[in-house]
Amino acid sequence: MPRPVQYNTNEKVKFVDLPQGYAGEGFYATSFDKVVGLARKNSLWPLPFATSCCGIEFMATMGSNYDLARFGSERMGFTPRQCDMLLVAGTISKKLGPILRQVYVQMAEPRWVVAIGACASSGGIFDSYSVLQGIDQVIPVDVYVPGCPPRPEGIIDGILKLQELVGNESLRRRTSDQYKSLMESYGIQ
Amino acid sequence: MTNEKIREQLTEKFGEQLSFETPYGMLSVTAPADQNLKVLQFLFDTEELGFRFLTDLTAVHYPDRNGKELVIVYHLHNLFENVRMRVKVAVPVEKPDVFTATSLFPGANWMERETYDFYGVNFVGHPDLRRILNADEMDYFPLRKEYTLEDPKRTDKDDEMFGRGGKIATTVSDVK
Repeated sequence: MPRPVQYNTNEKVKFVDLPQGYAGEGFYATSFDKVVGLARKNSLWPLPFATSCCGIEFMATMGSNYDLARFGSERMGFTPRQCDMLLVAGTISKKLGPILRQVYVQMAEPRWVVAIGACASSGGIFDSYSVLQGIDQVIPVDVYVPGCPPRPEGIIDGILKLQELVGNESLRRRTSDQYKSLMESYGIQ
Repeated sequence: MTNEKIREQLTEKFGEQLSFETPYGMLSVTAPADQNLKVLQFLFDTEELGFRFLTDLTAVHYPDRNGKELVIVYHLHNLFENVRMRVKVAVPVEKPDVFTATSLFPGANWMERETYDFYGVNFVGHPDLRRILNADEMDYFPLRKEYTLEDPKRTDKDDEMFGRGGKIATTVSDVK
């Protein structure tokens, strides 16, 4: 009698569902954008841009308790050139606005932005002369996470929402006229 | 060293130009605006006084004091005897010129930049008087008490998000 396998039975490991397609012996056919979407959404590289308390919550999100790595965001890259998910956590002052914009411009396409917390989304309580009233005044934002600061569950929820966007994004979106005009409205080439 | 001793020495040197207060037991000397460096230098050089550390330098805006709206405050510390005092000078808001203290206290450099940044005080002779904390393109001095609490001219607020109606800025040029 063979020794029973007790570990690594993969009972608790959740696998990503296969996209819609045709399976047969030795082949599986599906559309290209579904495969690309699947690959992209499950390997988002986060670039944290943390300025205050929301950044602390984000650190907890990356820690072992909440463990964002479970969703494919294993490694943070502290360079915009390697990352495709910009996480802005915290108050962005008007002086910091152009710097944030430069970080965004340095990221390669495709790129996505999550505004974590009230300050990054709308300026929050800082209805003030020195604070940018939401980062969407300088860069386009895909997902807003509310809260002051949001709990790690909230941040994870935001990233799962973003994964939905990424997985369903058309491969032609980034070359579309609509996307170009969005970039132009922010003065980004 | 007591407040009275400092006061005696200063009066002996500068006569009736100075006025004194001791709010909460800390000596405050008000000097004419063009005498600020001389007073600071005297407090620095005189052996028995020895105020050689500039703890803080800032300004206060009193919009009601005609011709003396901006008050520049120097907080000084004698580190040998652990005695503190203040020196104040007042200037009109239309022409806020005072001499820089950077030759005496190198640490005054950034503090004067900050005071310029927020109150618009022009420190004559400062080596590099430009904004330090606010955005360079800012064209007003935010801590002057000359703005209504809710500035109706501001366009950078997204009123929609605060439940006040209005429109969301969609482009960078809308923000300006």
